[in-house]
Amino acid sequence: MKPNIIKVGFLRGGLEIRQFMRQRESVVFTLLFPVMLLFIFGSVFKGDLAPGVTFSQYFVAGMIASGLVNTGFQQLAIMIPIERDFGTLKRLRGTPVSPISYFIGKAVLVFVAMVVQVGALMGFGAALFGLDLPNTTERWLRFAWLILLGSICSTILGIAFSAIPKNGRGASAVVSPIVIILQFFSGVFFVFSTLPQWMQQFAALFPLKWLTQGMRSVFLPESFATQEVAKSWEIPQIAIVLLTWTVVGTILALRTFKWSDK
Amino acid sequence: MANESAIFVRGLKKTYTSKANGPKDAVAGIDLDVSRGEIFAILGPNGAGKTTTVEILEGYRDRDGGEVKVLGQDPAKLGTDNWSWRNRIGIVLQSTNDSQDLSVAETVHHFANYYSNPRDPEAVIHEVGLTDKAKARIQTLSGGQRRRLDVALGIIGNPEILFLDEPTTGFDPEARRAFWDLIRKLRDEGTTILLTTHYLDEAEALADRVAVIVDGKILEVSTPESLGGRNTAKARIAWLENGVKQEIESDFPAAEVVKLSARFGGEVPELTVIRPSLEDIYLKMIGQV
Repeated sequence: MKPNIIKVGFLRGGLEIRQFMRQRESVVFTLLFPVMLLFIFGSVFKGDLAPGVTFSQYFVAGMIASGLVNTGFQQLAIMIPIERDFGTLKRLRGTPVSPISYFIGKAVLVFVAMVVQVGALMGFGAALFGLDLPNTTERWLRFAWLILLGSICSTILGIAFSAIPKNGRGASAVVSPIVIILQFFSGVFFVFSTLPQWMQQFAALFPLKWLTQGMRSVFLPESFATQEVAKSWEIPQIAIVLLTWTVVGTILALRTFKWSDK
Repeated sequence: MANESAIFVRGLKKTYTSKANGPKDAVAGIDLDVSRGEIFAILGPNGAGKTTTVEILEGYRDRDGGEVKVLGQDPAKLGTDNWSWRNRIGIVLQSTNDSQDLSVAETVHHFANYYSNPRDPEAVIHEVGLTDKAKARIQTLSGGQRRRLDVALGIIGNPEILFLDEPTTGFDPEARRAFWDLIRKLRDEGTTILLTTHYLDEAEALADRVAVIVDGKILEVSTPESLGGRNTAKARIAWLENGVKQEIESDFPAAEVVKLSARFGGEVPELTVIRPSLEDIYLKMIGQV
C-alpha cells in the first residue's frame, strides 16, 4: 500500500526537529537570538509609546512576527541550498517520497521551533520587562492561528525562494538583506505608523507587515488600534494576505523546487 | 521480450555544452539490455559517461536522444507514476554527505516509511554489518561504514532493480568481501543489479556481464571471463633459467610446460602460467581508443 503523503510528512517533521535540536548553533541562533535582541532593545528604550504601552510590549510583537520570517523563510532559503549541496535532496529524490511530504516536514519544523521561540520570548519578556501577555481567549486564538498560518506561509515562501541561490555558500548573502530590509520597512524596529508612506505601501505588499500588525493586535491594548495607519487592526485583511501568499508560494514551490542543482 | 528485460536502452545520447569547449557528447549512442536477476557491471575510465548513463536510467537526468525503459517505464516520462516506479528501484549514489546528525538506526527506520513493502530495518542494518553502529551518529562513521549505510538505504525498499555507483570505495578488503556476499544474496533473491565500478576484481567477482564504456560509447558487452577475447588470449609462461627470468606467450601453454619440464628434467624453477587478467584486457581495451 502506498504510504500516506501527510503521515510521511509528519514523520519527516519529527526527523527534521531531531536534526535541528542536535545542531547547537541553529538552536542558539533561532531560539536565543530573539531573546537577546529583546534584552538589548528593552534595556535601551525604556519609555512608553502610549499610555500603558512600553516599547518592549511593542517590540515583542515585531520580534515574534519577524521570528516567523527568520525561522521559516530565511532559515529554509539558506538550509535547502545546503541540503542540495550535501546530496540530501538528491537521495530523497531517488526514493518514492513526495515533495509535499518534504514540504510538510519543513513546516512542522518551523512551527515547532516557533512555538519554542515564542515561549522563550514571552517568558523572558514577562519576567524581565513586565510584558503583558494576551488577556482574552479571543486574542490567544488569534495568536494561535497567526503562528500557524504564519509558519506555513513563511515555510512555503522559503522553499520557493530556495530555488534562487545557486549553492549553500552564497545563500545567506542573497537572503539575509531581503529579510533585514523587510524588517525595517514593516515596523519591527520602529513604530510602523511613523514610517514614510512609500515605505508603508511597499511593506504592505509582503506578509511581514501584516504579521507584525497581527501580533500588535494580540499584544497591544485595543485602544492602540486607532494609532494604526488604517485606524484598525484589519484582521480579515491579514488573513487574506497570508492565505494569498501561501497559495502563491505553494504554486511557485511546486513549480520551481529543485531536488538538485543539475 | 520487452517485459522480460529490466533495463532496455537504444541509441542513448546526452550532450553537454561547455563555454570553453562547445558541445561534447557525454553519451554517444549506447545500447544496453539487462535481464532481470542479473548483475550487470559498467566499466570505464573517469569521464567515459558511466555516471551520466546511470543517472539517466535513475531518472535524475534528461537525455538528448534514444529510447530508455527501466522496469518497462521511461524514467524521463514518469508523471503520476513516479511513486510506483521509485517504489520499485533502489539507488546507491556516489559519495553522499547528508543526515550527519541522525543515527544509523533512525535513518534506516525512517527511510523504510517511504516504501510500500520495505525490508525489516533491523535486518538490513545487520546485513550491511552496521549492527554495532546502529546507535552511532552518522558523522562518526568511517568512509566505509558510511558507504554501507548508503547501501542499506538503497535496499530498504526491497527494490526490483538496485543501482550501485562505485559502492565499495573506501572499504577494507574484509568489508568488500562481505559486501560482495550481500550483493550476490540480493541477486539470488531476484534483484537486478546495475553496478558501476573502478575495481576490475569487483566486476570479475560479481558481474554476470560487463560493458566497457569509453568516450560515451560501448566497446564491448561480454562476460568477465571472455571480455576482449580473454578466454582465447595467449597465456604468459615465465620461469627462471641460469639466474635470468624468461618469459614467452603461447596459445598452447600446457604443451610449452611439458617441453620445459623435459628440458629441466622435472620441476621448472619459479614456473608461472598466467592468463591475462581482466585488468590487463581492460587496460588494453581502453588504451586502444
